[in-house]
Amino acid sequence: MAKKTAVSFRLNQTPVDVLVEPRELLIHTLREKLATTGPHIGCETSHCGACTVDLDGISVKACTVLTVQCEDLDVLTIEGFAKGGQLHALQEGFMQEHGLQCGFCTPGMITRAYRLLQEIPDPTEEDIRYWMSGNLCRCTGYQNIVKAIQYAAAKLRGEAVATSHPLMEEVTV
Amino acid sequence: MNEISPDLSRLERLEGIGCARKRREDPRFIQGRGTYVDDIHLPGMLFGVMVRSPYAHARIKSIDTSRAKAMPGVQAVLTAEDLKPLKLHWMPTLAGDVQAVLADGKVVFQNQEVAFVVADDRYVAADAAELVEVEYEELPAVVDPFKAMQPGAPVIREDLAGKDVGAHGARRHHNHIFNWQIGDRDRTDRAFDAAPVTVKQEMLYPRVHPCPLETCGCVASYDAVRGDLTVWITSQAPHVVRTVVGLLSSIPESKIRIVSPDIGGGFGNKVGVYPGYVTAIVASIVLGRPVKWIESRNENLTTTAFARDYWMTGELAADTDGRIKALRVNVIADHGAFDACADPTKWPAGMFHVCTGSYDIPNAHVSVDGVYTNKFPGGVSYRCSFRVTEAVYLIERMIDVLAQKLGIDKAEIRLRNFIPEEKFPYHSALGLDYDSGNYAPALRKVLKAVDYDGLRAEQAAKRADPNCPTLMGIGITTFTEIVGAGPSKSCDILGIGMFDSCEIRVHPDGSAIARMGTISQGQGHQTTYAQIIATEAGIPASLINVEEGDTSTAPYGLGTYGSRSTPVAGAAVARASHKIREKARKIAAHLLEVSPDDMEFDLDQFRVKGDPSRAKSMKEIAWAAYNNVPEGMEMGLEAVDYYDPPNFTFPFGSYLAVVDIQKDTGEIKVRRFYALDDCGTRINPMIIEGQIHGGLTEGFAVAFGQELPYDEQGNVLGGTLMDYFLPTSMETPHWETDFTVTPSPHHPIGAKGVAESPHVGSIPCFSNAVVDAFAHLGVTHTGMPHNAYRTWQQLRDLNIAG
Ligand code: FES
Ligand code: FES
Repeated sequence: MAKKTAVSFRLNQTPVDVLVEPRELLIHTLREKLATTGPHIGCETSHCGACTVDLDGISVKACTVLTVQCEDLDVLTIEGFAKGGQLHALQEGFMQEHGLQCGFCTPGMITRAYRLLQEIPDPTEEDIRYWMSGNLCRCTGYQNIVKAIQYAAAKLRGEAVATSHPLMEEVTV
Repeated sequence: MNEISPDLSRLERLEGIGCARKRREDPRFIQGRGTYVDDIHLPGMLFGVMVRSPYAHARIKSIDTSRAKAMPGVQAVLTAEDLKPLKLHWMPTLAGDVQAVLADGKVVFQNQEVAFVVADDRYVAADAAELVEVEYEELPAVVDPFKAMQPGAPVIREDLAGKDVGAHGARRHHNHIFNWQIGDRDRTDRAFDAAPVTVKQEMLYPRVHPCPLETCGCVASYDAVRGDLTVWITSQAPHVVRTVVGLLSSIPESKIRIVSPDIGGGFGNKVGVYPGYVTAIVASIVLGRPVKWIESRNENLTTTAFARDYWMTGELAADTDGRIKALRVNVIADHGAFDACADPTKWPAGMFHVCTGSYDIPNAHVSVDGVYTNKFPGGVSYRCSFRVTEAVYLIERMIDVLAQKLGIDKAEIRLRNFIPEEKFPYHSALGLDYDSGNYAPALRKVLKAVDYDGLRAEQAAKRADPNCPTLMGIGITTFTEIVGAGPSKSCDILGIGMFDSCEIRVHPDGSAIARMGTISQGQGHQTTYAQIIATEAGIPASLINVEEGDTSTAPYGLGTYGSRSTPVAGAAVARASHKIREKARKIAAHLLEVSPDDMEFDLDQFRVKGDPSRAKSMKEIAWAAYNNVPEGMEMGLEAVDYYDPPNFTFPFGSYLAVVDIQKDTGEIKVRRFYALDDCGTRINPMIIEGQIHGGLTEGFAVAFGQELPYDEQGNVLGGTLMDYFLPTSMETPHWETDFTVTPSPHHPIGAKGVAESPHVGSIPCFSNAVVDAFAHLGVTHTGMPHNAYRTWQQLRDLNIAG
């Protein structure tokens, strides 16, 4: 077994220290050593985006980053989004617009969408589809993911938001 | 002031059938708190990795595990020799065949399981797998099912030597699995002889893979002290897994607990029992420690449950007005090296006989031959109720071929052939009893919504303009599905009838728990089952906790695939709710001192007929159930229902696609897609819409890009996400959805199931649109996938490409 290296970084603003082999991928460190199982593994070949995390202000696929590359950096995962029992606007948007089904892609989707909205607070549908194209979803067909991100963008801009699926639309007395 | 009727506000509080209720499962998923199999970490857990064959067909001369075993951190290396004393080196498949758990002397497909390495972590396991040395002697491989059936073809399954009769009757060749026929051959042949018009078309539905975002895997944990085995597993059918594991291991089912936790998409990929599960279980029993096995994406795409690989020849006989008189179909079905199709036992071609579609076809005959090849096993999966996808593709393509031959509009020919509404329930020429349908209004609604005449006019103008840079195609499908397997008189798996189940317990405070034999893989069962209970038993959905997937707590059920959850388990939910309601009626009558017959159910309470001021809410009744019940009645308020459906359900839909094909590059853009679905009673319109978007997107993927091709040596060429097409947000078209409601007459709430319709119905719609773009040039069929290169070749051959 290769010699291990100590690595220190901040995970969702909390300092962490881990001992890893130089070849260990960030996704495995997060999931297996740091109990951070929100980011998922869908391919390990950087195609699917299920493992997306935010690394010092850049979206990365955590299956394509070595843990030793993270020394002294800030890692943001889905676990860092809700604050004080309050959902992030993106989390609310995904729920209100039915932007998820099996939920496997969702942590990566939300983390990627967060980076998008940091860079472009008022994205067009085209922007969203382009920015999200590294994150695959097998369940939703993306249409409601686009809506979920639009919902969150509007909310973060301070605009009024409402679900496009009113509870009682098809119910009559 | 806002005028809300009191009933409406009570309905709103119930969140029952028809409400776009937000999903109960979302809070955990959006916060990264789901529990998928790979999220499970147990103390002392080991990690297993499979050693696989690089060859499609080879004899194993030797396996040397010594170097792997000597590596620090390696706990075990299993081969067939280790499994033999346990009689676990082969296992039964769901199709009545056997499959090697670890290769026994010979490999018969590329990536077949050869050895299983168990180590302290996944890195060590992967390293050690590299050190297992296997010496192979390569044999000629056969990947084409037609070549496999030739006289001198290589013998793929030596273990079947001398077995002339398989699970589905006679085998006429060493690579033949079965011949299955249905319908009246003589009458059909006579109808063909007499018909003025006949058409014939060959078509291949290529081998594809459902590729859920989460791969398959399990964590097996055997407790040697208690003698208990617990397996967390990506299974769409946990109870069936328990029965299979019990049969294989001789551990009584009472000591086996199978848990399907959150599942990251299934689409039929997660129905079967795979070698990796068995080896993980054996390793855990042998080592006394938990063992995790998780497929890589490549393993997922090349070893577990593919779909299709159907080589179909369709023929239609018709009169000169395009009225169909007969359908004849011959199929060569490539099942790979083991017959592991997860079909109901009696149906080796699944429900393929729904291939008469939405049309009133008086005569039909189908013959299907199953064939072994050196490819991985599977065949029934991918958002498909047992070969319905293939059947619908066939008939929806054939009717277009007929329309083109006769010069009849493709919408018009459908209207001429629909089963008329008054003929339901309809007995088809291939023996199915369609429960309900109303096809013409659905198609007319779609044609109107898209301005069909306007589209055809635009198409005509574009065809007349030689400078137009695109070819425009319009595709229509008006499909009928068959789902909800199924009546136990005709459907079983391993001899167990395909019922499903629900158990509801109402607590003293009026909240409730419901447990099911199914398991959601994204369908939102926790949300929708509660809605059924809300409407049928008057308990607000927010107070109902739905649990499924744990065989130690849930009643036995056959699981979730083939769109069977709503038609079968959903019916069990409704009927268990009715049992609760009937007991509640008696308790309410007792509390109000009237006869139960004088009580009427009113949303969330029972009230006295003619005196609505006297009422007892379900909450009050629940409390009374635990302290004040009528004389002679048992305390408590709970019910169990095992529902054996009297029939299948037959959802249907009308879809229309408009595509533009670039003449110079062959690139195809889906300009418009309009999907009208009729799934009977709609439980949650938001979730239905989501299911339809997802199914259409998977249909788009199949039609335009997915395939798992093989080279002549049996190397699978589509085994990574580099090669296998999964559409991104960029390519995926915009979907328009619509609906009509034709309830199922035999289902307790009239629901039919929906998730597969958009997949089944959209794929031929895309193909029909692509072929329609070329129809004026005499083209009647082009094979899938309709990728740019293939389409460009066609344009080039027709001298259209720039
Ligand atoms: S697991 Fe990292 S991109 Fe798929
Ligand atoms: S919700 Fe299942 S993969 Fe996106």
